[in-house]
Amino acid sequence: MSIKGKAYIGGVFEHPTREAIGYSTPQLHAECAKGALEDAGLSKDDIDGYFCAGDAPGFGAMSMADYMGLKLRHMDSTETGGSSYILHVGHAAEAIAAGKCSVALVTLAGRPRSMRGGGMGGGRGPGGPPGGGFSDVPEAGFENIYGGSTHNTYGMCAARHMYEYGTTSEQLAWIKVAASHHAQWNEHAMLREVVTVEDVLNSPMIATPLHRMDCCVISDGGGAVIVVSPEVAKSLNRPKVKIIGAGEAPKGPRGGNDLDLTYSGAVWSGPAAFEEAGVKPADMKYASIYDSFTITVLMQIEDLGFCKKGEGGKFVADGNLISGVGKLPFNTDGGGLCNNHPTNRGGITKVIEAVRQLRGEAHPKVQVPSCDLAIAHGTGGSLGTRHGAATVIMERE
Amino acid sequence: MTDTQATTQARRIPAPAVNNESKPFWDAAKEGRFLIKRCGDCGKPHWYPRVICPYCFSLNPKWEESPGEGVIYTFSVMFHSNVPYAIGYVTLDEGPSMLTNFVDCDLSALKIGQRVKLRFQPTENGAPVPVFAPA
Repeated sequence: MSIKGKAYIGGVFEHPTREAIGYSTPQLHAECAKGALEDAGLSKDDIDGYFCAGDAPGFGAMSMADYMGLKLRHMDSTETGGSSYILHVGHAAEAIAAGKCSVALVTLAGRPRSMRGGGMGGGRGPGGPPGGGFSDVPEAGFENIYGGSTHNTYGMCAARHMYEYGTTSEQLAWIKVAASHHAQWNEHAMLREVVTVEDVLNSPMIATPLHRMDCCVISDGGGAVIVVSPEVAKSLNRPKVKIIGAGEAPKGPRGGNDLDLTYSGAVWSGPAAFEEAGVKPADMKYASIYDSFTITVLMQIEDLGFCKKGEGGKFVADGNLISGVGKLPFNTDGGGLCNNHPTNRGGITKVIEAVRQLRGEAHPKVQVPSCDLAIAHGTGGSLGTRHGAATVIMERE
Repeated sequence: MTDTQATTQARRIPAPAVNNESKPFWDAAKEGRFLIKRCGDCGKPHWYPRVICPYCFSLNPKWEESPGEGVIYTFSVMFHSNVPYAIGYVTLDEGPSMLTNFVDCDLSALKIGQRVKLRFQPTENGAPVPVFAPA
């Protein structure tokens, strides 16, 4: 069974807050759900499937389902860190194709910025680096002692990629430069100033070889996506965005003999999604690529097949990711590097901006002309230890 | 950059989490012995140590003492911290790679491919943990 054409994106919503003082986390989830319902033209009681991950307060999907007063016949709280919500779109399409639900809600929200470390850690379940008090997480005792963080575990990936392929800090910096060119047009973006390669290289070193500007922002906020059946999609007064392919895969060192930090799980999730969709990387008019760090983007672009392995540095340089300038417009909302990274998890905003592009509703300065095919891809957990990759390919009908 | 001269000596390492499966490893660490697991059926060594072989799914992996020698696969020097420190992976001569810290060295001189040797570093109220220094 394929999900191709069996489900559509009915509604999306990105919360405008970046520092949610005075909000509760459940409230943020619910406001995102409400926004996505209004965007779709649906009401709460239409929802019969709910998808959330570790940022949703409470026990799996149940606390938030109860808080929002949902009556469900399908729920899924698969946790793959920041990529969860891209994976959920694929799972929602599967559930709809199987007749298990017809209006599926996906939410993400959290407040790591205003809670200053007291919030839900993103991409960092129990046992992830660092800390972790769960002694039965299998790798905990052998890894959490070494001061691993997102910065330095991604730094390790960048260092190895540079060693094997000659990738440079200048090339990585171009990814941030492209994101900043897009963010200048987004009134909600945290960082709207256009930066140069030199600005990135002159920003403080955080974890070698990554500078501060190689890192995404820390923000509050959230988002929601509503996935619907073809019958429901027909009844909505919105542009039709069809889900045509999805893929997912975990990757880890698997006993230490499989350690290779130069590629991500996108080498599996990407081809699976492209095959199901019957399209190629070169067909994509727009790409939402998870940008927790610049190196995350570079590796995923290679692994998804936009260029050969090891040639990502050349591919991203000289503005090739800037809308209207380069061949692969990416993250036209400014992405995690400049716009937001709600609850330290960027997956849902990747889906939302891809949907805006396919509907023709992106900012006019960054809208890709005749954008009819787009990909949203994410990595959750840590690229440097173990992570979950998720890919969704969507088409405007 | 003078702050790269700092070593991880100043970064205090918390006690490792210990469960029934890992206890023999940490008991040996207290005696200064570094153990890895090698499968008694397929013969492949793995890291971190498990009761079940992640390659052939046999329940016969056996503890084996390792000299703790290998090369740096990758590393990152962390400056977003009170004390800079180096985290990275070492590929042991037996084959598996393991996450660790690099200590007792000039952090700015670390190189991928460099040979390193294991030592145990004390932790706060727990077993000492394996770290590596240039061989």
